[in-house]
Amino acid sequence: MTTVPPPPLAENAVATAPPTIPSSEGIVVELDNVSREFPGNPPVRALDGANLRIHEGDYVAIIGPSGSGKSTLLHLLGLLDQPTDGVYRLDGIDTRDLSERDRAGLRSSRIGFVFQSFHLLGHRTTVENVMLSEVYRPDSRAGRRERAESALIQVGLSHRLDAFPTTLSGGERQRVAVARALVGKPSLLLADEPTGNLDSVTSAQILDLFDELHDGGLTLAVITHDEDVSERAQRRVRINDGQMTEDPA
Amino acid sequence: MIDLEPEQEMSEAEFPTETSGLTRSHFSARDLLSEATVALTARPARTLLTALGTILGVAALVATLGLAKTAGNQVVSRFNELEATRVVVEPQNRTQGRNNVQVSVIPFDAGDRLERLNGVVAAGTKSEVAIQGLARSVPVVDPLGSNEFQIPVFAVSPGLFDAVRADIETGRVFDEGHNERGDNVVVLGPAAARRLNVTRVDNSPAIFVGNETFAVIGILRDVEREPDLLNGIMIVDGYARERLALNAPAEVHVEVDVGAAELIGTQAAIALAPDSPDQLRVSTPPSPRAVRSSVQNDLNSLFLILGGVSLLVGAIGIANVTLVSVLERTGEIGLRRALGATRRHVAAQFLFESGALGALAGLIGTSVGILTVVAVSATKSWTPVLDSWLPLGAPVLGAIIGLVAGTYPAWKASATEPISALRSGT
Repeated sequence: MTTVPPPPLAENAVATAPPTIPSSEGIVVELDNVSREFPGNPPVRALDGANLRIHEGDYVAIIGPSGSGKSTLLHLLGLLDQPTDGVYRLDGIDTRDLSERDRAGLRSSRIGFVFQSFHLLGHRTTVENVMLSEVYRPDSRAGRRERAESALIQVGLSHRLDAFPTTLSGGERQRVAVARALVGKPSLLLADEPTGNLDSVTSAQILDLFDELHDGGLTLAVITHDEDVSERAQRRVRINDGQMTEDPA
Repeated sequence: MIDLEPEQEMSEAEFPTETSGLTRSHFSARDLLSEATVALTARPARTLLTALGTILGVAALVATLGLAKTAGNQVVSRFNELEATRVVVEPQNRTQGRNNVQVSVIPFDAGDRLERLNGVVAAGTKSEVAIQGLARSVPVVDPLGSNEFQIPVFAVSPGLFDAVRADIETGRVFDEGHNERGDNVVVLGPAAARRLNVTRVDNSPAIFVGNETFAVIGILRDVEREPDLLNGIMIVDGYARERLALNAPAEVHVEVDVGAAELIGTQAAIALAPDSPDQLRVSTPPSPRAVRSSVQNDLNSLFLILGGVSLLVGAIGIANVTLVSVLERTGEIGLRRALGATRRHVAAQFLFESGALGALAGLIGTSVGILTVVAVSATKSWTPVLDSWLPLGAPVLGAIIGLVAGTYPAWKASATEPISALRSGT
């Protein structure tokens, strides 16, 4: 890179921005000029001044080719990583200066993760896998199994409560993962290539489930490179080389 | 244990809903316990193999300490039974002129003198005497084989048989009459009797030693002390004095009461030779306390090193397998972080797992060690003796080993980046 970087616009913007936060009523995710730079020579700017608002009940697809910065965005949204610049508010809570424990608490109580490779523990039954999502919450242990069972019923797995993950099909495993994310009613369901390991038929079933959950009022952010997946969403955000743009609705 | 900010924890309990809407991540002790239990029981065979080194180490340690203690006590009780009640008086070796000669000042009535001492059970003199010629039982020459033997002859006082705890097979032993008259009677040790073909005394058998003729009046079955009597011919002091020119007895054997050995040791020489007690050497059994400590020290220092080495190997085993399991469970660690675990929670879980594994290994090892002590004691007819802190302390030692071994893997687990862990696909 030989071009001289532009004057630090972001810094000015922060300085001139009004200190009072606009009302965050109904806004789940608010990214305000968020950047993430990885140290190196030269440093890699994986996300550059991203602005994004996700309202309650939104279904957002985040699309981009690999290496575009969408994984970085996932980790920032999931509070697994911190921006080097800018502000990320989750449910109106500024996450900049939170301790690790507070961020972990936010993760636990407000974000449900669904991964490409399911991440189910092999030696535990379906219902035990779902119960795991409450382990790091201050909730009482009483009723944990019942809550897990009702989440599994919600994703249509009432008949596989005591099955082990190794006996489940890929689609069923991803349903278990969705159920695990749903326990405790998160503000945001964050899915990372949820259909990446599934065939087209089971992919469609999982996407149908997402539609159902969306109709029920759940806020979803699905990160994908698959156009079929993104077509189901109500909003489409594209990332390319760290730059974020939203398709017109 | 896990929450290192107890004061804040208290305030949270008082105000369950915070104004900021934040709920801190939380990992209760019960959840920690159940998560660790599930992780350890998911692969029982592997868990057991991981713990094997520590099991063996703790077992070796417990068995060593237990057996040392048991054996030490056993040695002492053997000494108490036989050796601790034994005192022997012999003349001092003295150099006279150029020759190293032994001049005995022991009187022939040594047994009587010592038996008057309080604490002496029995006492008698014993002297090996030389008679020209071999021993035989019949005065005929058998051309087919030798029936003449070189058998040691001992001149003894009647009290000696009690002092060496002799058991009589048949017949009788000497009395004072035999001794005073200097009768030519003998008592045979069992081996000597077999060689001379003497099996009974009711037909008044006779034996010949050189030119001397003796009547056999008794045969011994066994002695507990002075086993050379078993293959000997015993004659009375009186006979040896008159016919064989025995000047003085060679040694005095004394059986004393338990605990009286040291006292008799100081009194015997004076009782036997009031004018020259320093010419007698009195052997008393070693003090029981000294025996015990020396036996235990020898065993302990050697086997404790062995046990320590096995424990070290066991700890390395736990560390190794826990580290491998951290690498295997990278995906699980990432998932737990995504579900709200902090680094500290992850570290706590792995540390608790290895600590519990160590404690389990310690418990099994202690049981194996104690069973070993009991089994060895049973085969040797010993009384198992165990320090009471041992069965309690050994599992704690196992837990400490597990915790120490788990420190590095737990740190490694806590340092795992959730991002890469979640992408690893396991």
